[in-house]
Amino acid sequence: MGVLLAVLQTATLVLILALAYRPLGDYMARLYTSTEDWRVERGLYRLVGVDPRAEQSWTAYLRGVLAFSLIGVLIVYVLQRAQAVLPYSLGFPAVPEGLSFNTAASFVTNTNWQSYSPDVTMGYTVQLAGLAVQNFVSAAVGIAVAIAVVRGFARTKSGTIGNFWVDLFRGAFRLLLPLSIVAAIILIIGGVVQNFNGFTEVSTLAGNTQNLPGGPVASQEAIKELGTNGGGFFNANSAHPFENPSGWTNLVEIALMLAIPFTLPRTFGRMVGSNRQGYAILATMATLFVVSLVTISALELNGAGTAPELAGGAMEGKEQRYGILGSTLFASASTLTSTGAVNSMHDSYTALGGMMPMLNMMLGEVAPGGTGSGLYGMLVLAVIAVFIAGLLVGRTPEYLGKKIGPREIKLASLYILVTPMLVLAGTALSFAIPGVREDVETTSIWNPGVHGMSEVLYAFTSAANNNGSAFAGLTANTPWLNTALGVAMLLGRFIPIVLVLALAGSLAAQDRVPATAGTLPTSRPQFVGLLVGVTIIVTALTYFPVLTLGPLAEGLI
Amino acid sequence: MSTTRTTARTHWVAIRAMLLFTLVLGIGYTALITAIGQVAMPAQANGSVVTVDGRVVGSTLIGQSFANADGDPLPEWFQPRPSAAGDGYDAGASSGSNLGPENADLVAAIEERRAQVAAFNDVPEADIPADAVTASGSGLDPHISPAYARLQAARVAEARGLPASEVLGLVESRIQARDLGYLGEPTVNVLQLNLALAELG
Repeated sequence: MGVLLAVLQTATLVLILALAYRPLGDYMARLYTSTEDWRVERGLYRLVGVDPRAEQSWTAYLRGVLAFSLIGVLIVYVLQRAQAVLPYSLGFPAVPEGLSFNTAASFVTNTNWQSYSPDVTMGYTVQLAGLAVQNFVSAAVGIAVAIAVVRGFARTKSGTIGNFWVDLFRGAFRLLLPLSIVAAIILIIGGVVQNFNGFTEVSTLAGNTQNLPGGPVASQEAIKELGTNGGGFFNANSAHPFENPSGWTNLVEIALMLAIPFTLPRTFGRMVGSNRQGYAILATMATLFVVSLVTISALELNGAGTAPELAGGAMEGKEQRYGILGSTLFASASTLTSTGAVNSMHDSYTALGGMMPMLNMMLGEVAPGGTGSGLYGMLVLAVIAVFIAGLLVGRTPEYLGKKIGPREIKLASLYILVTPMLVLAGTALSFAIPGVREDVETTSIWNPGVHGMSEVLYAFTSAANNNGSAFAGLTANTPWLNTALGVAMLLGRFIPIVLVLALAGSLAAQDRVPATAGTLPTSRPQFVGLLVGVTIIVTALTYFPVLTLGPLAEGLI
Repeated sequence: MSTTRTTARTHWVAIRAMLLFTLVLGIGYTALITAIGQVAMPAQANGSVVTVDGRVVGSTLIGQSFANADGDPLPEWFQPRPSAAGDGYDAGASSGSNLGPENADLVAAIEERRAQVAAFNDVPEADIPADAVTASGSGLDPHISPAYARLQAARVAEARGLPASEVLGLVESRIQARDLGYLGEPTVNVLQLNLALAELG
């Protein structure tokens, strides 16, 4: 019965994504290659001071990304600090400095880690003018960078990789905005609230009082999933019935998370002139996704561990309307993308089931990954894969007709080292620095024993990979964690972006080498297998030791 | 152009772009969706509230407590799942327990809940489903499993002086199947069940 339900649920999701693959992927390919601007766009470009036809070198493109993100951090920070004097703040005071920094870094980097409880911290103005805006633009930035990298492969002897501002505007206005409007309306039909009512006090059937919350939730929920952001309007995130009211809205939200990341391979294929190259990337992503989903679902249905066995099922932290399978599918989609929304509490999952979201993020969020970041992450791994294949047969590696030389492989290697370094160093420092360790152990950690170590490891994994989900028992609103996680989010987002844009610039400048009999075909199942293997081996070698200290110790001993 | 001037110019573009996005995506988009929600689907947009004699008693989507002021469950009402939201079903403090699978506090809580549910409903502990002894992710789960609802029927009937078969029949009529037949789990909405119960007498 469980297997049948799992298959039907997954088949429905696959059908939705399959129907979206070509039209949405082709739409994005046209969107980012067209040289036509709408009249209203031309007006907006003039207003902002951008020449839409000016092509940028990779350094100019990068300058745009960094300047825009810096301004984003400053605005979100200032809005929170000024909350006390802003309208529609529900009476909440200014947000403290450390938390404001952490939240600003979090939403600008598409992480949406929340050290705070939104129900009692953020008023409507900060949520709208600060956080909702970043939900759109941080996603649009991610897609823009991915498109710039694809142009690096597609162009020959070119000094430029596109125009950041045009990519940003088109992504926000012509892709994310219309899809979000449709999604928000569907979610309201399903029961997601959309109002400015604040709290309504009611006298319940049994004569108690209850304060029902309100808020512009549907509009936020739509872009939160579509932009793989994940920051909840409420503390319980997508487990809250006002964010995710039913079994079918649950599937809609999962489809929204996966829609753009799983269709970008089509865009990639179109732009490099070979749909089969897109299918190879898609197949790699889908393989990893299915393996991970089957594993976590089996582990949670099995329900090992003292508490789940005593209760008769792993239902702690899960909602009845989604059940275990609706929870594990959401958890997989959320952590295999950079979303980080939760519809069930990962902290209460079985020991090994709770390791799976961590492992998903440790893969580098490439299956299918965040909006844009998933595609460029996977393309970096593809570069590594052809390099390894080249070493095996003793040929100069090439990918899509571009030589993978020393400069390219250095950039790709640095890319795959950045997040593991942030994760492992951040976790280690939390337990190594005197004073910090005591604070982490007594204030931050919620569950005793090795599970507490897992909470800290999960937090740094989530921050450095820009996911945003948590083993939420952890109290992260402390000076150390607000600062360290904030820094991890910023470095985990922008160092990889610097590296992939440099890679794009380097590839775009090259001529195309013709394929020969010795060229590794990168659109066949053989290459998919190689790429899956490389992804898993890189992850396993990096993280296996630390996993033995946390979830493996808890689940296997 | 010097690098400093280029950088300054880029930031000035970024500031203007961000203000534009704030107007269109932060304010315009939210206003549009709010207008559509309030005009076309006011019931859902305002929280799917339930009224009795013109008085709002809650939302069908948000679970509520059926306990007395001391927190003891009232036998004449169907009881929801345990809740970690505030003191229980505090809709302003949605939360799960976040207790891990080996946490001694969680193990103790489940043992206590099992004993309480068994004694309260006069059923063997082996018959108690998992949702009856575990807190949900939101702490506001409006649903229980059909098994937990059926298990409570005899106790509710006795407390209200109603025939057990009538209350059990009410439970059966209130079971909601999985969405599309296969999404999620079958549920019973506790507030709607108790509202129907109140009409029975």
